[in-house]
Amino acid sequence: MSATGDLDVRVPIGLLFTLLGVLLTVYGFLEPAATTAAFTKGGQINMWWGVVMLVFGIFMLLIARPRASRSVT
Amino acid sequence: MASGLTPIGLRWIDYTIIGVYFAFVLGIGWQLRRAMKTSTDFFLSGRSLPAWITGLAFLSANLGAQEVIGMGASGAKYGISTSHFYWIGAVPAMLFVGLFMMPFYYGSRARSVPEYLRLRFDEKTRALNAVSFAIMTVFSSGVSMYAMGALMHLLLGWSFNVSVIVSAVIVLTYILLGGLTSAIYNEVLQFFLIVFGFAPLVIVGLNEVGGWDGLMAKLTTLAVSQGHPAGAYTHAWRGMDAPAHNLIGVEWFGLVMGLGFVLSFGYWCTDFLVVQRAMAADSMDSARRTPLIAALPKMVFPFLVILPGMIALVIGGKGIIPAKIGANGGPLMDAAGRVVLDYDLATPSMLMHLFPNGMLGLGLAALLASFMSGMAGNITAFNTVWTYDLYQTYIRKDADDQHYLWIGRMATVVGIALAIAAAYVAASFNNIMELLQLVFAFVNAPLFATFFLGMFWRRTTGHGAFVGLLSGTLAAAVHHGLTLPYGAVPGVKGGYFGVLDTFPSEMGQTFWTAIYAWTTCFVVTIVVSLLTRPRPDAELVGLVYALTPRPVSSVRAFWERPAFLGVVTLVLLLILNLIFR
Repeated sequence: MSATGDLDVRVPIGLLFTLLGVLLTVYGFLEPAATTAAFTKGGQINMWWGVVMLVFGIFMLLIARPRASRSVT
Repeated sequence: MASGLTPIGLRWIDYTIIGVYFAFVLGIGWQLRRAMKTSTDFFLSGRSLPAWITGLAFLSANLGAQEVIGMGASGAKYGISTSHFYWIGAVPAMLFVGLFMMPFYYGSRARSVPEYLRLRFDEKTRALNAVSFAIMTVFSSGVSMYAMGALMHLLLGWSFNVSVIVSAVIVLTYILLGGLTSAIYNEVLQFFLIVFGFAPLVIVGLNEVGGWDGLMAKLTTLAVSQGHPAGAYTHAWRGMDAPAHNLIGVEWFGLVMGLGFVLSFGYWCTDFLVVQRAMAADSMDSARRTPLIAALPKMVFPFLVILPGMIALVIGGKGIIPAKIGANGGPLMDAAGRVVLDYDLATPSMLMHLFPNGMLGLGLAALLASFMSGMAGNITAFNTVWTYDLYQTYIRKDADDQHYLWIGRMATVVGIALAIAAAYVAASFNNIMELLQLVFAFVNAPLFATFFLGMFWRRTTGHGAFVGLLSGTLAAAVHHGLTLPYGAVPGVKGGYFGVLDTFPSEMGQTFWTAIYAWTTCFVVTIVVSLLTRPRPDAELVGLVYALTPRPVSSVRAFWERPAFLGVVTLVLLLILNLIFR
């Protein structure tokens, strides 16, 4: 396991998506009418896609190997 | 914005999202900085990664600029037929390399694809492959950088120089710190980022054009109005009986043999860039499953990367793909007086027009991710081939491992410097994909004949392989030099030896160039092998099919077995082709 330095890739992925999810959701909530060019009608996409990413991020964190079992292997 | 793109400006939220992504990319490298203790850690991740990680990296390493931008461009140009680049042009080869070739790549303990050639054939065959591969990776990496710099300048007004240098420094830093593991982890991260960045683009886009049915109806109307058959954009197989009946301009035989067999197998089965990901797997089972796991998402990727291009063609009634700029500063017109669209801007236009601030940052981060991991994939393959196949073989043989680790890091720096140089020399085609395919055709197309004969015919000799490869590449150059796509002038598009034949499209010419190259290599290798002395069987154990014990899967669950995964993938592939025929 030395070449991975005990880093489970699901942890950074989970953290990144959680963080981006929160950012998008909060931004969508604060600025529901965020400027869009020509087409998109619903500015709400920030909010609902933010939630999707947040859920995925948390899911990745949940399935990441817990630290204890990692140090054993 | 002279091209007709009127982008919305970035806001703090977009910069924040891109910044957070950069921070994570570098953070992964930082976390891994102490893990790179030996050269095997740095170049092969210590052969310790599970199959799902190497599988997603296998897919992602190829998901560079040519994929995301080029496939959107081809989607707008060719419609659904573009999925052939996935369904015919990737998945079968991915299954083949996983099921039949990985036992030799992984089982022989070769540290690179050229090194396998050394074990199976001889030094000169390895040298030929290693040198041409090293050049190609640097070039591809440069093309990736160029495309990114040009695109960011056009879309956002960022300085070309700054975009190139910043992305190069980020890639350099995370590879120096964490080697192949860092590259692979970032490829996995990028895979998810692409999915989450492009899925909403497709959802919103489809929503705008009246759903799937609306898109099909609009594309049918468009095809008819342009004088094409009604199904030109919306059917993958219907017009494949003759080049004039489909937008790619190729008939089914050229498509299946040229793209589906020669080019696709030449790339997926022999290109160290992707094979390296499988070599980093923790076991033979994982190595074999790596391309199979990659094949499943690969099959549905057309929906993510091709659909945006198709939608861009018709959204809002007239589409949003800007025209190319002609010499006089106005829109470029073709011979028939129609505006020539800048297809490479199809997908970026979709991002700029459909996403509000916030989502725009996410989409741009996904785009940057694809550029950077495409670059990183090439650089990690380059530093390995340089260190093991060139430096250790020709310059310094018996140094200690730490020396090669150091050389690998230096090769990373030099490789990126060369790629930056290549970036400034890049691109004269209107479609990046076609340029890359042309390079594949000369160098990679004959390769699969060599590997196939090497792995499955024990009589193949080193001299046969070497002469076959050279003849194949030569045949490619000669064929390309004697033919021209319709309407092109002799030069970079071919015809430099005179024009014997004209193809209805550049794609058709490329496919047939590949077919000639492969066939020449195949025949010449056999003839020369029969005339030269074969190696004794004892030396070929583990390298040739007939002399190697079948790999026994140690996985208990049947659904984890490579063969089962292969069959499932094949069935799904067939279903997809039937649905979108």
